[in-house]
Amino acid sequence: MTTEDKFVITLNNVNKWYGEFHVLKDINLNVKMGEKIVICGPSGSGKSTMIRCINHLEEHQEGEIIVDGVVLNNDLKNIGQIRKEVGMVFQHFNLFPHLTVLQNCTLAPIWVRKMPKKEAEAIAMKYLERVKIPEQANKYPGQLSGGQQQRVAIARSLCMNPRVMLFDEPTSALDPEMIKEVLDVMVQLASEGMTMLCVTHEMGFAKKVADRVIFMDAGQIVEENEPEEFFNNPQSDRTKLFLSQILGH
Amino acid sequence: MTEFTPKPARPAPLSEVGLLGWMRKNLFSNISNSIVTLLGLYIVWQVLSWAISWGLLNADFVGNHRSDCDSGGACWVFISVRWNLFMYGFYPQDSYWRPNLAFILLIGFLIWLSVPRIPFKKVGAILSLTVFPVAAYILLYGGMGLDVVPTHRWGGLMLTLVLALVGIVAAIPIGILLALGRRSTNMPAVRLVCVIFIEFWRGVPLITILFMASVMLPLFFAGGTDADKLMRAMIGIIMFQSAYMAEVVRGGLQALGKGQYEGADALGLSYWQKTNLIILPQALKIMIPGIVNTLISLYKDTSLILIIGLLDVLGMVRQALADPAWLGYPAEGYIFAAFMFWIFCFSMSRYSAYLERRLNTGHKR
Repeated sequence: MTTEDKFVITLNNVNKWYGEFHVLKDINLNVKMGEKIVICGPSGSGKSTMIRCINHLEEHQEGEIIVDGVVLNNDLKNIGQIRKEVGMVFQHFNLFPHLTVLQNCTLAPIWVRKMPKKEAEAIAMKYLERVKIPEQANKYPGQLSGGQQQRVAIARSLCMNPRVMLFDEPTSALDPEMIKEVLDVMVQLASEGMTMLCVTHEMGFAKKVADRVIFMDAGQIVEENEPEEFFNNPQSDRTKLFLSQILGH
Repeated sequence: MTEFTPKPARPAPLSEVGLLGWMRKNLFSNISNSIVTLLGLYIVWQVLSWAISWGLLNADFVGNHRSDCDSGGACWVFISVRWNLFMYGFYPQDSYWRPNLAFILLIGFLIWLSVPRIPFKKVGAILSLTVFPVAAYILLYGGMGLDVVPTHRWGGLMLTLVLALVGIVAAIPIGILLALGRRSTNMPAVRLVCVIFIEFWRGVPLITILFMASVMLPLFFAGGTDADKLMRAMIGIIMFQSAYMAEVVRGGLQALGKGQYEGADALGLSYWQKTNLIILPQALKIMIPGIVNTLISLYKDTSLILIIGLLDVLGMVRQALADPAWLGYPAEGYIFAAFMFWIFCFSMSRYSAYLERRLNTGHKR
């Protein structure tokens, strides 16, 4: 057993370009099983791009990404393998509007995990209960509120029984009254020991559940620390400026 | 602290709901609007009353010679005398039951597939794509003990329906594949082939394609393989229409947000799972108006086969108009031909409107 096996996600000197534009610069990150990481930073800093590289929604050009022991390259088999184990929640939910809530949740278990329909439905109901909307199972996503849709999206990811969950600004598109219901679900998930990487500006959430907070700017990791240290004693001036601006109100 | 109780909702004022309110608001809201409404009604009345008296009240329906048309209105005798030619072309009279049976089968399958309450849709779909084409081919063309009726004797509405149906059934799947190929990012060779195919067939008039199919292809395959003329025209129509269909489908694919692709990718679905389960069901729904538009134009374009010597409904009508015994009834003939096209195109249009309503799950994208 090498030292790297302890980490469920490893990024080694990852670099990425959009055409001429250098978005990710020498990113190094190790995530332990069960760790909760909050990633923040100004828009355009590359934080979404970084977590999107982890399940290969974006392709990186240099460096190495290892997820759950599988090296991410252009091999379709490896990509499929990793996506099975990594759940993702998007800012705009990306639910499938032509399928009911239940069908949204059972689709991937049935087709990717080859699970019998009955079993997939039982699991889906279990997770819909956990996100507190089992009564909406037969509605279409378009009939739900934003907060409810995001909770369905979380349940949909959980149905694949992932080892890691990625959250890409899960509350940014929600009305203030709905943010809390989504964050509650995420806090509960964290308390159950899920490995989580969250791109978010909810600093209250970061203080409450994060093991580590990562601050990114201009495609680099500027600073990373435990939340207490990060908020009370930021090291770099850039972090201080950012914190003063988002906590200033 | 007072508790917040919303006010009870009151019924809407009459101007918003009733028929009178609607008329007042939309037809008679002011003087000029009222004048336009009355003028419009007058014109509609004039046209309708003339049409009804010419086409129905003063028209002749029974008889078998032009001398039976003496009441001054429309001479529908012209149509009824030639009814069989308009329907079947030069198909042998004693075999009319064969296209009739094929048509009844077609209607049966259409009802099975389009009425939601009838169960076993999958069986119906499979049968209609496997058993029905074979049965229809044997019935229309012959074989299995039935006399062969060569395709140059086919004509009229029957020929129109054969061409349109085969065209529609083949153009949709080919069009979808072409559109997917044109959008594939990681297979440049496939994309190039699709782009060339689409741009070639779309850039050439259908008339040219039909001429090529009927006149030039036989020159290339001199002697040996003399493929049937109707078959050649049909392949030309399919190629042409699938290129159009491909671009309609591509429009629908582009209307879907990136999020749907990413949502499916993130769950680990394969390319074909993503395409069949997530992308196409939504894209096809968006594309219903465009697809039906293409199908309707395909249906009407089938009459172009006139120029390669095959006679559809319109072709048969034109031929009948040239008959010296029946000179002077072009209006009746063309109205009949137009009606034959309109009835089918309008049904397609209505069915598509119904489908759109039925598939609407109340979502915004």
